[in-house]
Amino acid sequence: MELLVAVMVGVMVAASVHLMLARNVLRFIFGLILISNAANLTIFAAGRLTPERPPLIPEGADAPAAQVANALPQALVLTAIVIGFGLFAFALTLVYRTYQTLGTLNSDEMRLAEPRGEDGS
Amino acid sequence: MATTGAEVPRVYGGAAGWISILIPVAIFAWLTQFLEPVAAGETVLLGVDWVPSMDIRLSLMIDGLSLTFALLISGIGALVTLYSTQYLGRHPEYPRFVLFLMLFMLGMLGLVLADNLIALFVFWEITTISSYLLIGFDSDSAKSRRSALQALLLTATGGLALLAGMIMLGAVAGSFELSVILGMGDEIRAHPLYLPILILFLAGAFTKSAQFPFHFWLPNAMAAPTPVSAYLHSATMVKAGVFLLARMNPALGGTEPWFWALVIAGGFTTVFASLLAVRQTDIKQVLAYTTLMALGALTLFIGAGTSDAIKAAMVFLVVHSLYKAALFLMIGLVDHETGTREVEELHGLARKMPVTFVAGALAAISMAGIPPLIGFIGKEFLYKAGLALDTAQLWVTGTIFAASVLMFVAAGISVARPFLGRLPDRLAGTHEGPAAMWIGPLTLGALGLVFGLSSDLAETWLVAPATWAVYGAETKVDLYLFREVNAAFLLSLATFAAGLVLYAAHRRLRAGMARAIEISPIRFDPAWDRLLDGLKALAAWQTGILQSGVLQRYMVTILATLAAAVAVTLWAQDALAPIEPGLAAQLAGLQLTHYAILGFICAGALLAAYTSSRMTAVAALGVVGVGVALIFIMFSAPDVAITQLLVETLTIVLVAVAMLKLPTLSLRTEARRPWHAALSVAVGGLVTLVLVGVLQGGLDRRLTDYFEAASWPEAYGRNIVNVILVDFRALDTFGEIAVVVIAALAAFALLRGTRTPRAGQEEGE
Amino acid sequence: MMNSVILNAATRLLVSLLVLFSIYMLLRGHNLPGGGFIGGLTGATGFVLYAIAHGTEATRAALRVEPQNIAMIGLGVALAAGVSAAIFGDAFFTGQWLFLGATEDDKGLPLSSVLVFDIGVYLVVFGSILTLVLALEEEV
Repeated sequence: MELLVAVMVGVMVAASVHLMLARNVLRFIFGLILISNAANLTIFAAGRLTPERPPLIPEGADAPAAQVANALPQALVLTAIVIGFGLFAFALTLVYRTYQTLGTLNSDEMRLAEPRGEDGS
Repeated sequence: MATTGAEVPRVYGGAAGWISILIPVAIFAWLTQFLEPVAAGETVLLGVDWVPSMDIRLSLMIDGLSLTFALLISGIGALVTLYSTQYLGRHPEYPRFVLFLMLFMLGMLGLVLADNLIALFVFWEITTISSYLLIGFDSDSAKSRRSALQALLLTATGGLALLAGMIMLGAVAGSFELSVILGMGDEIRAHPLYLPILILFLAGAFTKSAQFPFHFWLPNAMAAPTPVSAYLHSATMVKAGVFLLARMNPALGGTEPWFWALVIAGGFTTVFASLLAVRQTDIKQVLAYTTLMALGALTLFIGAGTSDAIKAAMVFLVVHSLYKAALFLMIGLVDHETGTREVEELHGLARKMPVTFVAGALAAISMAGIPPLIGFIGKEFLYKAGLALDTAQLWVTGTIFAASVLMFVAAGISVARPFLGRLPDRLAGTHEGPAAMWIGPLTLGALGLVFGLSSDLAETWLVAPATWAVYGAETKVDLYLFREVNAAFLLSLATFAAGLVLYAAHRRLRAGMARAIEISPIRFDPAWDRLLDGLKALAAWQTGILQSGVLQRYMVTILATLAAAVAVTLWAQDALAPIEPGLAAQLAGLQLTHYAILGFICAGALLAAYTSSRMTAVAALGVVGVGVALIFIMFSAPDVAITQLLVETLTIVLVAVAMLKLPTLSLRTEARRPWHAALSVAVGGLVTLVLVGVLQGGLDRRLTDYFEAASWPEAYGRNIVNVILVDFRALDTFGEIAVVVIAALAAFALLRGTRTPRAGQEEGE
Repeated sequence: MMNSVILNAATRLLVSLLVLFSIYMLLRGHNLPGGGFIGGLTGATGFVLYAIAHGTEATRAALRVEPQNIAMIGLGVALAAGVSAAIFGDAFFTGQWLFLGATEDDKGLPLSSVLVFDIGVYLVVFGSILTLVLALEEEV
C-alpha cells in the first residue's frame, strides 16, 4: 500500500502545483488545500502503514501489543491538519479581503503596492 | 517606549530628568570602589551569571583602561544629563531623549567593561544605534535624518567588519574572552590571519572614531542636540574606536602594518581636521573638527606604541574628554541664551555670563595647552613622546606641532571671541544661564585645573593604570607640570608664539582655507550622496529582475528550483535504485478497496485541477479529503481520521460561506500552458520518487518505541498519540495552538480591521 | 442564516448533543481516540451549525463569551498548565498528576496538569474556529 500512497501523493502534488500556478487566487487556495493533504499523507506513509492496529494500550497492560501503528507521525499529522486549517482560513480571508478592496481575483492585477512599470517588469 | 515616560510631569524633565541624573551618579559611585585595586595594578574580573543553566555569563574586565573610560562615561554622563534637564527638559519628546541617552550610556559602559569580544560587539552596536537615534532626535528636520543615517551606515558598516575580525580573532585565539586574548599577542601576531584581522579591526575603529577618510560623518552629526554632541560625539562614543585600538594594542599592536596604518591615518586626520576647524564660523563646528583632530592624535600615538607615546595618549585622552565636553556644553549654553553660535555675532559676553565665561575659559586654556592646566601636561607629553620616537619622529612631532598651534587658535575662536571685546547692543539683554547648565562645564573646567596643579591625582588613579593596561606591562608614569627647559618645553613656547600670530590673523586664515577648500577637487559629502544614489539604483535594478511582482513567476521560480535541486540530489546520490522486491510484493496483497481509494483521490485531485466550475472544484476537494480520512481509518489512525473529517467539514463550510461573496466568474480564465503542466508533473513525480526512496530505507523506531514504552507507566495515558501531543511534546503543541490563535486573530483583524464593529460584537460580553 | 423550521428545531438539540459529545471526546482523549483537538473541532462544528440555522448574532449570544476571548483564555490555560510544572520543581511542561482517593489496586480519580493542558487546546481550537467562521459569515 505504501507504493500506492506514493503514487497518490505524486498525483495530488502535481494537481496542486498546477492549481498554484494559476492566476486566479481562488485556484491557488484550492492548490493549498490539496498540497497540505498531500503533505500529511506523505508524513503518515513515511512512518509506514499498519492496518487495523491503532496505537492504544489495552486496559490492564503496561505497553501496547506488539506492532501497533507508528504513533509519532500520527501526532505530527494531527496537529498539522489543524494548523493547515488555520493557514487555509487565513488565506481565504486574505483573498476575500483582497477581492473586496481591489475588485479582482487575478493575481496579475493586484498591483497596488508595486504598480506596473516602476519595477521594470 | 516614549508613552511610559510621557506620563511623567514635563516641568524641567520631572522624574525622567531625576532618573537620568541618578543612574550615572550611582554607577560612578559604584565604580570608585575599584580605583584602589586598579591603581595597584590589579585587573578585576567580575562575572554576572546570566543564564547559569546554559553557562552564559556576562563578564566584566575592570582594568586601568576600562575604569578610566567608565569613570569618564558615568561622570560626564551625570553632568550632561543634569545639563539636559534644562536644555531639553521642556521639549515634548524629552522622555524619549532620556531613554536614548540612558541606552547609549549603558551600551558605552558595557562596551568598555566587557570581557567578551561578542558582548563588546553587541554593546558597540548599541552605541551605534543609540547614536543614530540621538543624532536624528530632531526627526522633523531632513538634515538631522540625513546625518543620522550617514553616521549609522558608516559606523555600522565598520561594525560588521569588526564582527568579522572578532570572529576570526576568536578562532585564532580559541577564546572570545579578552582576558585570554590579550595574553596571546605573540601567537596572534605570528598567525597568517593576522593581517586580515588587523584590517577588519581598523575598519571598525576608524569608522567609529571618524578617522580619515571616514571623517565626514562626525561634523554632520552635530545636528544632534548639544548635550549629545558633548557626550557622544566628543567625550565618549567617538572614542570607542580609540578605545578598541588601545584595548587590542597588547594583542594586535607593535607590528609594522599596525604602526604605519595608525600613524599615517591618525596623523593625516589630525592635520586635516585642525585646518578645517579654523575654517568654520559656527563654534560648534569648530569644536567638532577639533574633536576629529584629537581622535587623530590619539590614534597616532597609540600607533606609535612606545611607552612614552601610550602614556601621552592616555593623558591626552583624559585632558580632551574634560575640556571638550565642557566647551560643547558652554557653546550650547551660549546658544541657549543668545540664539546663535556664529563666531562673528558673539562678542563681549563675559560681563553678562561670567560663570559661563569662567567655565569656558578654563576649558579653553586647557585646550590651548597653557599652564597650569592639565592641557599643558598633555601637550608636553605628546611632544616628548614624539621627539623620542625612532621612526617617523619628524612626521609625528610635526603633526602635533601643527595641530597644537591650530588648537590654540581654535580655543581662541571658541572662547576669546565670543566672551571678550565689546558687547553688541543686540546681546545687551543676555542673562547668565541656569545653574544646572553651568555646573557641568564649570566642574569639568575646574577638574582640568585641579589635575593640572596636582598632577599626581590624575597620574595615580587614571593615567598610570590605563597606560599599563594599554602597554601590556607596568611602566613608570610620572606626570608633572614643569621640571626643566627641554626640547618639548621650547616647542611649547613656539606653539604659543605661532598660535598667537595665527589667532591674530584667524579671519584671513579662514578666508584662505575657504578658498583652498573651494578649489580642492575632493568633496566627501557629495561623494557619499553619489555612493548612496548608486546603491539605491543598484537595488532597484536587481529588484526589478528578481521581484517581478507576478505571483506566477515566483511560483515557477520556486517550484522549478525545488524540482531541479531534488532531481540533481537524487541523481548525484544515486538514490534512484530499483524498487525493492519487498515493497513491490505488497502490491500483490492489495484489495479492491485500496485501488478504489487510489482512484477516488487521484480522480478528485485531477478534477479539482482541471475543472472550470468552482462548485465542482470544492466537491472534488471534498472527495480528496474524505479519501485521505479513509486512509487514516484503514491504517490505524482513528484520532487523525476524526480530525481530518471534522476539518474537512469546516473547510467546506468556510469555502461555501466565502463563495457566496466572491464573484461567480468562471475559473477558465487561464491560458493553458504546456510548461505549467510539465512542471506540475515533474514536481509530483519527484515527490513520488523521494517517498519511494524513503520507504526503501530502514525506519528508525527509537522515538516511537520510547513513547510506546513510557506512555502508560510514566504518563498514565493509553492513547499514545494523545500522550505525545499533550505530555511528551506539550511544548510543541503549545506552539502549534499559539499559531492557530494567531491565524484566527489575524483573519479576524483582517475582516474587522477597516470597519466599525457590528452590533452583535458588543453582546454577550 | 437559513429559514428552515426543521433545521431550526433540530439544531437546538444537535448543538447541545455535539457540545456534550465534544466534552466527552476531550475527557476520554487520554486513553481512547479523542482529545482537545478533536473535542474542540467537534464543539466548534456544533456552533457553526447553530450559526447556519440561527444566524451569527444568536450564536454570539449563545456563546456568551467572544470566541476570540475563548481562544486566548485557552492559550492562557495551556500555558498555565505548562508553567505549573515549574512550581513543583520540574522542567516546563512536565505532566503533574494527582490521584484522588488512590488505593493499592485502584488509581482513583486522576487529575493532572496534562488534562488542564488538553482543556486549553480544546478552548483554543474551539475559539479560533468560531472566531474565523463567525467573522467570515458576518461579512455578508
